[in-house]
Amino acid sequence: MSETRFTDSHEWVRLEGDTATIGITKYAAESLGDVVFVEVPEKGRKVSAGAEAAVVESVKAASEVYAPVGGEVSEANAALEAKPATVNDDPEGAGWFFKVKGVSSADFTKLMTADAYAEFVKGL
Amino acid sequence: MRYLPLSDTDRSAMLARIGAPDMDALFRDVPRAAHVKLSAFNLPDMQGELEVDRALTKLAAKNIAAGAGPFFCGAGAYKHHVPSAVDHLIQRSEFLTSYTPYQPEIAQGTLQYLFEFQTQVALLTGMEVANASLYDGSTATAEAVMMAQRLTRRGKAILSGGLHPHYAQTVDTVAGLQGEIARSAVTPGKAEDIISLIDDQTACVVVQSPDVFGLIRNLRPIAEAAHAKGALLIAVVTEAVSLGLLESPGAQGADIVAAEGQSIGNGLNFGGPYVGLFATKEKFLRQMPGRLTGETVDVDGRRGYVLTLSTREQHIRREKATSNICTNSGLCTLAFTIHLSLLGEEGFTRLARLNHAKASALADRLAAIPGVELMTEAFFNEFTIKLPKPAAPIVDALAKKGVLAGVPVSRLMPHDKAMENLLIIAATETNTDDDFAALERALKEVL
Amino acid sequence: MEIDPNRRRVTAPGYHPPEELPTISGDRGLDHEEKLIFEIGRDGVTGVDLPNVQVAATRLGGQQRRAAIGLPGLSEPEVIRHYVRLSRMNYAIDSGLYPLGSCTMKHNPRLNEKMARLPGFGDLHPLAPASATQGALELISQLMNWLTQLTGMPAVAMSPKAGAHGELCGLLAIRAAIQARGETRPRILVPESAHGTNPATAAFAGFTVDEVPAKPDGRVDAEALKAKLGPDVAAIMLTNPNTCGLFEGEIIEIAKAVHAAGAYFYCDGANFNAIAGRVRPGDLGIDAMHINLHKTFSTPHGGGGPGAGPVVLSAALAPFAPIPLLVADKNGFRLVEDSNAVPAGTKPFGRMCAFHGQMGMFVRALSYMLSHGRDGVRQASEDAVLSANYILASLKDVMTAPFGDGPCMHEALFDDSFLEGTGVTTLDFAKAMIDEGYHPMTMYFPLVVHGAMLIEPTESESKGSLDAFIHVLREMALEAKAGKTARFAGAPRLAPRRRLDETQAARKPVLRWKRDELPQAAE
Repeated sequence: MSETRFTDSHEWVRLEGDTATIGITKYAAESLGDVVFVEVPEKGRKVSAGAEAAVVESVKAASEVYAPVGGEVSEANAALEAKPATVNDDPEGAGWFFKVKGVSSADFTKLMTADAYAEFVKGL
Repeated sequence: MRYLPLSDTDRSAMLARIGAPDMDALFRDVPRAAHVKLSAFNLPDMQGELEVDRALTKLAAKNIAAGAGPFFCGAGAYKHHVPSAVDHLIQRSEFLTSYTPYQPEIAQGTLQYLFEFQTQVALLTGMEVANASLYDGSTATAEAVMMAQRLTRRGKAILSGGLHPHYAQTVDTVAGLQGEIARSAVTPGKAEDIISLIDDQTACVVVQSPDVFGLIRNLRPIAEAAHAKGALLIAVVTEAVSLGLLESPGAQGADIVAAEGQSIGNGLNFGGPYVGLFATKEKFLRQMPGRLTGETVDVDGRRGYVLTLSTREQHIRREKATSNICTNSGLCTLAFTIHLSLLGEEGFTRLARLNHAKASALADRLAAIPGVELMTEAFFNEFTIKLPKPAAPIVDALAKKGVLAGVPVSRLMPHDKAMENLLIIAATETNTDDDFAALERALKEVL
Repeated sequence: MEIDPNRRRVTAPGYHPPEELPTISGDRGLDHEEKLIFEIGRDGVTGVDLPNVQVAATRLGGQQRRAAIGLPGLSEPEVIRHYVRLSRMNYAIDSGLYPLGSCTMKHNPRLNEKMARLPGFGDLHPLAPASATQGALELISQLMNWLTQLTGMPAVAMSPKAGAHGELCGLLAIRAAIQARGETRPRILVPESAHGTNPATAAFAGFTVDEVPAKPDGRVDAEALKAKLGPDVAAIMLTNPNTCGLFEGEIIEIAKAVHAAGAYFYCDGANFNAIAGRVRPGDLGIDAMHINLHKTFSTPHGGGGPGAGPVVLSAALAPFAPIPLLVADKNGFRLVEDSNAVPAGTKPFGRMCAFHGQMGMFVRALSYMLSHGRDGVRQASEDAVLSANYILASLKDVMTAPFGDGPCMHEALFDDSFLEGTGVTTLDFAKAMIDEGYHPMTMYFPLVVHGAMLIEPTESESKGSLDAFIHVLREMALEAKAGKTARFAGAPRLAPRRRLDETQAARKPVLRWKRDELPQAAE
């Protein structure tokens, strides 16, 4: 059973066991416009919650993707580097950025629920 | 004032539309204490074109232009013949008075020549990609060092003793903020040992070829040694014409090439504006500073060009940009591109051979003067000679005879007594046998 | 069969080309399509005649080139036609009003070009002996006098090659001054409305950047700024007049507070052209300011350079100016190029570049200054401010001016609230200006205003030209608001190219021509 949570910097996190899959939300992907470049972290890198972990760029904007939860990068979606459009096509599915293992559930439950995030976006 | 189209009648009508009583009302946000009267400026009032022309022509006449007599100065700036078509074309209003091509629909002229420029620079340097230029060779070198520091996440840069001292100082000033800048020995006319300085903290090795003394360097072993330690090789070229005769830095394993493009299309201009060439491997593209033009299509499917990958740049990345550079050398790149288009493969390689032939002939002549020693064995169009006495006073004495004999090494390395007698001499296609004879004669007179 | 990629037309779905009857050539009257030089050139042709000298490889250290370079061969007439055709695809000040805010597209006098090409300047070697360069050094000295007089500052560093390079020079001087005091101050305050170069430069010079918010009236929030001052702040970087085209009225108090906190005041001088001859930055308490000679003093923009960015310095920073230093003594002028042999009391922080700066730009700027004189410089600033206010006053009833209550300086700023609900964006509005024969204004900058449109007419436009421009913008705004949006959707229609696919350019960068790049057949 997996659950998805969200951040106010527009990342989503799906936790399965102690491994979290992280990407940017549909809202973020739409705001950025056509994504032209993605840089994902290398496997094995230790990230702390809130640290910069990846980069996503559209033609006119560049932004960091933060690790919403701390841990060790266990996998990165290298396919995005060749096909960044996937982030626009399927942001919360095939457009995932990286996975982090060794995540504490306490870190995870601090994040916004889907409903809370929907409310948050409405207010923007 | 001839450049100002508004008449006093216009100004009054405009103020009336604005609803302002006078000009001062428009400056009302300026604190009272900060308003100054014209008399605060101890400066002249407006002058006609004739008067300004006369005043500046008089100043210009106090200088000895390179074309005024026998001329042999190089050391990072070279006298070449620029075809008349170049200056004519770059003065076309549409090139001269346009801005950075931010509106590609009405700036295809600029964007296309930048694309041609990027291609030419990549071809000359033997690299995969080149940017749309930086300020000059020295700042390009500093940018290259910082790029290597970012790519390797290491701080240390090793500069060859043969790197132009102004370039080394520029790197020190700017890239020195990010890490240690080390320097190998200065060995005029001979290759120093730089390989043994490379360690696993080294971000990059910076080697100029031909170096400031004119020496052609073999970059291959340095590239191999650098790569073995995970460091990058930055090749610096100050005489772009040399690329017509010498193996390209890319073919020798360079990771980044930083070069001065002044020799192609651009005048001496007392040091600027010049044009910085910057080329690298495709895999390092994202860390490359400066503007890039890329090919694309418009909505009708017609080929066109746009500035691209601009997310690396300051106006989007702000404090995370790869560089703070904003302008490039627009019009100087155009001059470069047009001159190189005129030359083509045949013209450019002939030009390079001619330069080497001239310098070679001059070197033979000077080396035959008793007391003069040729220091540089392998050179392109520039070499260093050792005189029996200090070079700077000799250059001054020869300047009085109308001969600009070269650049004394003491001008660039003032604190090294061992360099006092060394003189860097360049010869290009612009030099004649009469020039050579004049230099030979003048030198013999003062030695 | 050879297919010319220039003739390739992949028609977008639903698009109908404006021509009723497409031409056979693909060209249209005076508008010619033009291939790349690499597609025109061929072997055996050259545009420069040179003797075919053969050289012995004995002196090349075994490093002679083995492979061909791959440059195309073209004759002189072909090269001239090629670049003339390219030039005709460019908008230029000489051909029309260029209202690009914050860029200052003013008239570029041709006398300046002639002066810079005098052999005594244009054909002068940077390392020629001092005796051969006295006129050039005297010219630099005269320009330094103009710059220090106009700014009311005691010193100026001439070598920076552009505005951003000048910013770096100023911050490195500040860094050196702080180090000389034995302090470390890592932080720099930058207003959120600043040019992107400001935070980029601060980071480049090793500082951290702390943003200061703007007030609703478009000025920097002086109270917020003061609250952020502290012993770790090295400097503030403020543009004045600011990027909203407004004068920072509290600037003197800000400077006092900055100095009281032991920090320095860096002013981005990009907009000095609004106040030159009327206000001296030195009187405002500024410690360093770069001057874009290509903005205020009319050196041509040249499609993106070259520029020049001398930096004026206060007495506190002057000792740290980079080499070379220009000095005058009984023997005339000379350059101090050795940081170990500098005049007493100076401690240069280093060197910004090889040689001595953008001499070619110095000649042009001085030619401009001598032509205008102090009275003409002042008049030019006043006319620039007058023209911007005229545009603001003439358009603010149909477009929306976020800070439109008071006078602006040399730029009129509008936001996109007048387009709300029309479906027309700032981008559409600006691109439609192209079809009307104008270069768009600066868009989406400054960032503090939504959908910003920043119009800088400069002093170079006649009243008739301004009126025509105002008429077009008024009609456009009225049409947009009336729901007549046809001319905005998909504009421009009449330019050499229509909107270009920037996404494709960035996703699959093609940054150079390659011989093996064979064009694909259309359809």
